[in-house]
This record gives sequence, structure tokens and C-alpha cells, in this order.
Amino acid sequence: MAKSPETEHPQKAFGWAARDSSGVLSPFNFSRRENGDEDVTIKIHFCGICHSDLHAIKNEWGFAHYPMVPGHEIVGIVMKSGKNVEKFREGDRVGVGVMVGSCMSCDYCNQDLENYCPKMIFTYNSVYHDGTANYGGYSDMIVVDQHFVVRIPDAMPFDAGAPLLCAGVTVYSPMKYYGMTEPGKHLGIVGLGGLGHVAVKIAKAFGLKVTVISHSPGKETEAVDRLGADGFLVSSDPLKIKAAFGSMDYIIDTVSSVHALTPLLALLKPNGKLITLGLPDKPLELPIFPLVLGRKLVGGSDIGGMKETQEMLDFCAKHNITADVEVIPMDQVNVAMARLAKSDVRYRFVIDVANSLSK
Amino acid sequence: TQHTLIRQSSRSNVRLRPIPNHQLTHYVRSSTLYINPHSHSLQCPNRPHSERDSRKEISDSIYISVEFSSNPVREKQRKMVANQPEKEHPVPAFGLAARDPSGVLSPFNFSRRATGEKDVKFKVMYCGICHSDLHMVKNEWGTSTYPLVPGHEIVGEVTEVGSQVEKFKVGDRVGVGCMVGSCRSCDNCSNGVENYCPKMILTYAGTYHDGTITYGGYSNVMVCDEHFVVRVPDALPLDAAAPLLCAGITLYSPLRYYGLDKPGIHVGVVGLGGLGHVGVKFAKAMGAKVTVISTSPAKKQEAIERHGADSFLVSRDQEQMQAAMGTLDGIIDTVSAVHPIMPLIGLLKTHGKLVLVGAPEKPLELPVFPLLMGRKIVGGSCIGGMKETQEMLDFAAKHNITADIEVISADYVNTAMERLEKGDVKYRFVIDVAKTLQQG
Repeated sequence: MAKSPETEHPQKAFGWAARDSSGVLSPFNFSRRENGDEDVTIKIHFCGICHSDLHAIKNEWGFAHYPMVPGHEIVGIVMKSGKNVEKFREGDRVGVGVMVGSCMSCDYCNQDLENYCPKMIFTYNSVYHDGTANYGGYSDMIVVDQHFVVRIPDAMPFDAGAPLLCAGVTVYSPMKYYGMTEPGKHLGIVGLGGLGHVAVKIAKAFGLKVTVISHSPGKETEAVDRLGADGFLVSSDPLKIKAAFGSMDYIIDTVSSVHALTPLLALLKPNGKLITLGLPDKPLELPIFPLVLGRKLVGGSDIGGMKETQEMLDFCAKHNITADVEVIPMDQVNVAMARLAKSDVRYRFVIDVANSLSK
Repeated sequence: TQHTLIRQSSRSNVRLRPIPNHQLTHYVRSSTLYINPHSHSLQCPNRPHSERDSRKEISDSIYISVEFSSNPVREKQRKMVANQPEKEHPVPAFGLAARDPSGVLSPFNFSRRATGEKDVKFKVMYCGICHSDLHMVKNEWGTSTYPLVPGHEIVGEVTEVGSQVEKFKVGDRVGVGCMVGSCRSCDNCSNGVENYCPKMILTYAGTYHDGTITYGGYSNVMVCDEHFVVRVPDALPLDAAAPLLCAGITLYSPLRYYGLDKPGIHVGVVGLGGLGHVGVKFAKAMGAKVTVISTSPAKKQEAIERHGADSFLVSRDQEQMQAAMGTLDGIIDTVSAVHPIMPLIGLLKTHGKLVLVGAPEKPLELPVFPLLMGRKIVGGSCIGGMKETQEMLDFAAKHNITADIEVISADYVNTAMERLEKGDVKYRFVIDVAKTLQQG
């Protein structure tokens, strides 16, 4: 007997869900599991809108299950903690990111790399250990295993801290893994959106020289004057790009549409690294001789482990880094998605769930 | 001469006006492809066979620049003396040269410079035939100048050293690989990776510091700056050591750089030719478990019994490839024809590395999801620096690693080139220069 989303679990929940690949979100009644011994029940205050939410609700990657409640940049207050939970108490300010589960026994899980566990469970559009569908943070509350909950530092504001749970760790992790933290080295950041703008801030905190590469000339003032980038290149300006050939130690590419890698590889010095974080829906074209002639590499990275996510939050709190956000009420979420599709946001929408989600 | 920057993006085809010479800036060689046949610039020794049309493919997909000589006088000088190769330098020399893109080699008289203070002069005993030589004699990459004397796997005995030479003396067994010069002052040169110096000078078809064309090892004598000469350890036979100077270092360097040299690591080698067979030997000596990946099932026996590979995967066999997914820590891909890399990325474990040392001219499809989900990388590598080349030879001597060769006489060279084109060699031809190369 198939249970409906409302009756599946004992705790009533309410959120907004997409029902089909049109991606239009609308009010949705469902339920959350009982708070288990390892679990924490969180009243959600804010949830960031990640571009992945847009890809997911429109089934652009082809593995959508509806109804889909997106949202994996969740911050809120602990309402209840299970009897084995020691890290969190009622009233704590906590966050949940892109994962809510993993096998917890493989090599990757044991090395704090839950994000690379073959059985890793996404916060939404996935299936939990008990076989039920996971619903994300565009909702009033969530029940999560304590291992996948992080503390939001006291110094960090809730709304502007929410996007760090995906965007923040997604750029912080590769910077550490690929060795992009040596002060004075030159990092290029492609795309000045949700990921890109956080990357600029974190890179500056690491002492790197930062050049933003963007297709929008209008973003130069923001990039340089407000975010602190050292330089700005318009990707459609061949002469300026050419003049910068061979000048960068690494590049972080946040662009999620299909785009040319050749000019980016040319911007790298020999032994340079191009790390791609965006998830286009088609393969990219990779020219090989620039890789061979300059011993360059293209690498990927996918969010970060739980330990690293906490480390990132603490690092950001210490350096006063938060996302630049536009806080919106829940009923504006479809408008926000339409604007996001046109990159019309500086630089992350954050839904004020607690104050605007009404049944 | 004109300088034209051509860019083609997915949004529009933009052809800019020719830029006047005085407005041009220096190009970073490692990031641009020069297709001007008069340019003297960076070429990868390991670039593959291609059709003439591939030049257009290249220009359609990348930023290219057509270079002009930064010294117009030199260009003119070069053109003048190119007609008199015998008179260019004081020391008479002879070798085999291709005269045109037919690629046919014939006896050629030319000259070498006098032994400078830092130079080492040596009698060439053997020279390996690298597949790059075949591409170059046929001008398949568009960078060849004729007459062209190929050969960058050169070994011999020192006959004279300059007054400031410290590392070598007369009688020493030495070798020269793919480079004979670099700027010696940039970061790359200071860090022992002269192969990534923007001003690196190739052993043949390059332009030396004095403006003259470099001629390679299909010749009786070489004069080379001591910095670019390596010692061939006594334990290595000269003839079977020659191919290590290109094929050997091309595999050794990425195994070290990408951390695929740890005991117990599982490494894949794609392609079992001149590069691949040496790669298997090095990887085994470094303690790796080695799987050869090839399109030819017929190579399996040799791979395992002769070269010591632990296993063999036929890349066209879906079932085999599927069963091996997620088993390799790294892959060195020596194949230079266009081929799909998605199955290779699938063979890698999480954090695995795919390293390409052959460079197809057309871009390959890069599936992004597997790269991200497994935090994998795709990288490249091109020969190695001088220090590392010496280290590689010493390692080879210690572990008894040489290439599997077929020694040929100089007059067989054109037949050898034809056989090489068909992959009909186990696994490198080596020309017995000292005994069979005769003056033209």
C-alpha cells in the first residue's frame, strides 16, 4: 500500500514542491520521520536557492522525482535532539547542506569524505535509508542525522550564512584539495554568481590574487570595488584574454552551461589547474594539446565532507565572510527562479522560510 | 609578415584585422599553437598523426596566432643560409634529411657549429626513430622547415668538450633528447622543467640562439650545450637506451609528477607501442600493478609475458571495461588518435587521474559529471626536464629497463618509416648511425 507524502511519516510538514518538469513550485503538505536517537529536528528559518535547485526542478539532469521539495542551503534552530545526540541541544543554530546520509562505513566516510561515498544521500530528490523520499529545505522543518548537521557560528548571520552550506563548501573544498591556498598565487574565477562571488571572498581571505572572468562587463565594478577582486576579464574580449595568457596558477570554473575550455586553459601557467564545479547537461570539449604542452590539468570537485563543511563555516566566520543575499518570501519563489535563470540576482536568493511560509 | 589573431567562439565567427607588427605583444608559447611554417616555436614531440585538414580543425577550436620572427634580420639571414647548410658552420657534418613533405629521407651534407665553451661534441652511435619524426618529416603539424634532419633519441661518445664543461669528458657515453636549449632564466628553467619553458628549443626543426636551424640525430655528429646532455649509465647498452631519451622520459615524468609511482598503486597504460611498452616497464619497476588497455587483443600475450603487465583490457570489449570500472588509481594514455576518454574516466577510482601524453588534435569529449562525482582529474604531460631525464636513465639502469628495439641500417630508414606508419615494429626502430650512415 503506497502511503501518500502526508501520511508516510508521523510529523506533519509543509513546504513548496515542484510537481513536474515545468519547475513551477506550489504549496505541498507532506510529513517528516519521527526524531530518532541520532536525529535532530530543525525548525527551518532560511533556505538558500542554489542554481542546482533550478536544474533539478526542471529535470535538466534527467533524474528528477516529483513531487520535489528542493533546498539544500538550510539554516534553522534545533527543536528536538535524539537521545544519542551530544553535539546539539534545543535552541542551537544549525545548518544542513547537500547531504543527509551516507554509508558511514566505507573508506571515504571514514576519511571525512562522505561526499564521495558511493551511497551518499542527497538532501532532496533522493531516497533515505528507510526507502522514503527525501524532501529539502523549502519547508518548515527537517529531521536530519546529527552527523550531517553543522553548527552555524554565533558570529555568522543566519540569512547570509545559509548559502555557504552549498556554495561556500563547493568552492572551499577544491581550494584546499588542489592546493590553491598559497598567498600570492593567482587564481582566476570564472562566473560571478552564487559560487563565484563566495569564491572571490574566500580566495582573498587565503591571500590569493584574484581575477574574475565573466561574460558580463557590467559586473566589473562589483567584482573589483565591492568584492575585492584584483582584476576582471570579459570573456568575450579576445585581446585582454590573450594578454592574460599564461598568468594564472589556477582557475575555478563555476559556469554550469556548456562553454569553451580552450581560452581558460590558455590563461593558466604551465602546471596550472582548471577546476570545474558547474554541472552542464552535456559534455564539454577538451582540447588536449594545451594539457600536454603545459602539463595542465582539469579536475572536478563535489561539495565537501561534513568535517570540511564545519571547518569552512568557522573559517568564514573568522574572516567575516558571508554570501551577498536577496531575502525573499516563500510565495515569490517562482519569480526568483525565473530571475535566477537569467542570472538576475546579487548573488543568492534566500527564502525567509520562518516568516513567510504559511499553510 | 603579417600577424593575425583568429578566434572562433560558439556565438560568432570573428576574424580580426591583421595586426601591424609594431603593435604585437609577445605570445606565451605554451598556450598557443603556431601554424606558420616559418615559425620557430614550441612543438610537442608527442603529437599524433593527423590529416592536413586538421590544421583547420585546430584553428576552428582554439585561439591561434601566426607568429613572425621577432627578429626580421634573423629571418632573412636564416632564409639565406638555409640554402647553404654546408657553409653555415665550420664543422662538416652529414646525415639524412627530408627535403619536402613527402617525408622521404636522403643523404644530406650540412655543418655543425664549433664546440663552444659550454658545448659537448659527440660522435653519434645510435638514434631512435620516434613517431614524432614521422609526423615532422611529413609536416603533419605544419611546423616543419626543410631540409629537416629528424632524430631526438640520440646516443654517442664524446669527442670534444668546451673549456667550461664540467660534467663530461672525451670518451663519455652520452645522450641528447628532445631539447637542446631554453631560456635558462624563467621559473620553469630554474625549477628543472626546461621542457615547459616558453623559449624551449627543439633538437630539430627549431631555431637555435644563433638564429640557425637545429638538425637532429639522424647524423654523424652532434654539438650540444652540456646542460642538455645526459650521461648514459654504463649498465645500459647504448642502442636500447636511445629510445628512453624521448619515450622513456615521456612516461617516467608523469608517473612521478602525478604520484603514480607508489608501490601497490594500480596503473593503466593505454596503447602498447613505443611509449606504452616502456611505460609498462617503468610502472612495474616503481611497484605498481599494471593493466594494459589496448584495441588489439593480439597484443595481450606480449603485454603480459614479455613486458610484465598484470592484466590486459580490450578497450572495445564493453563487458571487460564495465567489469574493470573504478579499479585504477591512474591511467597514462599514450594514444594520439582521437578516442573517447569517458570509458577511461570510468575505469578510474575516486580521486583517480587520467594523464594524456599523446595529444589528439581534435578536442575530446569531457563528461563533467564523472569528473566531479569522483573528484577525478584529466591532465597532460610533455617529456621532462633535464634533471629528471638523467634521473630516469639512472633509474632505468638500476632496474634494467631498456626499450625493445629493432636496429636498422641508415639506408633502411624510409622503409622503417613506412612500417612505423602501420605500427609494424616491436617496439622502436633504432638507426645504427656509426656503422651505417654514410656521407652524401
